[in-house]
Amino acid sequence: MRRTEIIENIKVRCGKDLLELNDRSEKRVYVTIKKEILPKIARYLFNDVRARFVIASGVDIRKAIEILYHFSMDEIGLIVSLRVILDKSNLEIESLTSIMKCASWIEREIHELLGVNFKGHPDLKHLLLKDDWPEGNYPLRRDS
Amino acid sequence: MANKIIPIGPYHPLQEEPEFFRLHVDGETVVDIDIEIGYNHRMIEKIAESKSYDQVTFLVERICGICSTSHPFAYTNAIDDLLGVTPPERALYIRTIVGELERIHSHLLWLGLAGHFLGYNTVWMWAWRYREPVLDIFERITGNRNHYAMFKPGGVRRDFYEEDFPWIKKTLKSLIPKFDMFKGAVMDDPIIRARTEGIGVLTRQDVYDYSVVGPTARASGVGIDVRKDEPYAAYDKVEWKVITADGGGVFAKAVVRILELYESTNIILQCLDNMPKGDIELNIKDMPVGEGIGRHEAPRGEVFHYIMSDGGNSPVRHKIRAPSFMNIASNKKAVIGHTISDATIILAAVDPCYCCTERTAVVDYKTGKKVMDGQDLVRLSQEKTERMRR
Repeated sequence: MRRTEIIENIKVRCGKDLLELNDRSEKRVYVTIKKEILPKIARYLFNDVRARFVIASGVDIRKAIEILYHFSMDEIGLIVSLRVILDKSNLEIESLTSIMKCASWIEREIHELLGVNFKGHPDLKHLLLKDDWPEGNYPLRRDS
Repeated sequence: MANKIIPIGPYHPLQEEPEFFRLHVDGETVVDIDIEIGYNHRMIEKIAESKSYDQVTFLVERICGICSTSHPFAYTNAIDDLLGVTPPERALYIRTIVGELERIHSHLLWLGLAGHFLGYNTVWMWAWRYREPVLDIFERITGNRNHYAMFKPGGVRRDFYEEDFPWIKKTLKSLIPKFDMFKGAVMDDPIIRARTEGIGVLTRQDVYDYSVVGPTARASGVGIDVRKDEPYAAYDKVEWKVITADGGGVFAKAVVRILELYESTNIILQCLDNMPKGDIELNIKDMPVGEGIGRHEAPRGEVFHYIMSDGGNSPVRHKIRAPSFMNIASNKKAVIGHTISDATIILAAVDPCYCCTERTAVVDYKTGKKVMDGQDLVRLSQEKTERMRR
C-alpha cells in the first residue's frame, strides 16, 4: 500500500518532468527525472516520506554523466533511485545539502571524481584526493 | 573563541584507516571539529572496472581488514539482484554463518579497544582473548582467520563439513558465559556508566539528519537493520530480533553491540541446526545488461553496492558505500560540547576501524609547539576514569 502510494506521489510531483519509471522489482524502483525537479523530489522523499539517504553514485556514460540518488525506505525495504542525466556541456546541478546534510560528502566526492558542479554546496573542496590534485583531471571520466 | 586546535590523526590508534580530525577546543571543551578523509584512498571503484566479476569479489574483500566479508556479501547480493537469481539454500545458510561470525569478532574487537581507552585494560584483554575462538572457527571452516574468500556470485566457494558442527557449536556455546561477563562488566559498572552514558549523544533527529546506520543508529532507538528490513541470505529463516537501545550515547552503543553478540550466536546455532543439504553455487555464465543494488548489515552498519553492467566481463560502474562514510560524518554532532578526555571514546564509538600506527599530537595553535601526543590523549582518558573510581 505504502509502496504504491510513494510511487504515485512521485509521479504526480514530477508531472511531465518524469522521463522514465522502472519498477524493476518489489524492492527496487529506478526513476529518471529532469534535473530541475530533483530538489523537489528529494525533499518529498527525505522530509515527507522520511526516507534514509543511502548515497549517490555518478557514472560517465560517454555522452553524459548520470547521477543516481539512492533513498531507502527501511520499514518496507524499498530503495528508490532517482536518476538524473547531465549533459557534458553543462555539468551543473543543484546541491541537496540544504535539504539533507548527509549529502555533503558524496557531492564533494562526485565533484572531484567526475567534475560535476553542485550549485549551492557550502564547501565544495576535495574529499578523497589531495588538495593539489591537478585541476580539470577527473579520475572516473571516460572522455579521452 | 577557540584558540587551540587538537589534531587527531591521520594515523592514530583509534582508527584503522587514516583519517584526520581537527578538534577546535576552548579550554577543555570541544567547540568544533573538522573531519578530513582520503589518506588511504585506493580507488577500488576504478580498479573494479578493470577486473572480471569473479575477481571483484576478492578485490572488495580487501576494502576492510576487520569486516572483510561485508563487502563481498553486499557485492554478491548486488550481482544476485542484477541477475534476478537466488543462490541455493545451503549457500544462503553458509553466507549467514560467515557474516554473523564476523559480527561477533568485530564487536569483541571494538569492545576491547573501547575498554582500553577508558582505562579498563582487563576488558581489553578479556575481549581479545575470547575473540580468538571465533577466529579459530573461521580457520576451521574457511581456512583463514581473516579474508575468508568464501563468497562468489551465485553462491559460496567452499562447503561446510557436517563433522565440524559439534565442535563449532561447543566453541560458540562456551562463549556465552563470557558475553555474560562483559554484559556485567559494562552494564553494572558505575564508573563505565558514568564515563559513557550521555556522552556523544545522537538524538533520533540526528540519526535521520546524518542518515547514520548500524549500531550507531540503533543506539538512538532507530531500529534499522538491513537483515530485517530487506531480508537476504537466511536471515528470514531464523528467529532473531533487532537490538535497539535508548540514550544514543557511547554507553548505548556499547550495550547494542554486546547484546548483538547473543543474537549473532543464536543465529549461527540455528543455521547450523537447520542447514539443508545440496548445492552451494549456481553456474553463472553470462552477465546481462542492467544494474543491481546489494546491501548487507555489516558490524558497523549497512554496506551498499551498486553495479552497472553492459553485458561484458567487468562492471561499467561499481559504487561502494561503507557504513563509516555516513557514521564518521556524524562526529560533527556527537563530539561538540564534550571535553577532550571524552573525545577519544566518542570518536571511537562509531567503530571507525582501528590502526596500529599512531601519529597524534596536540600542537599549541599560536607557537606551533607540540604539547601532547597520542599516548597522552589515551592517558588523559584513562586518568579521568581513575579519578572517578576514587
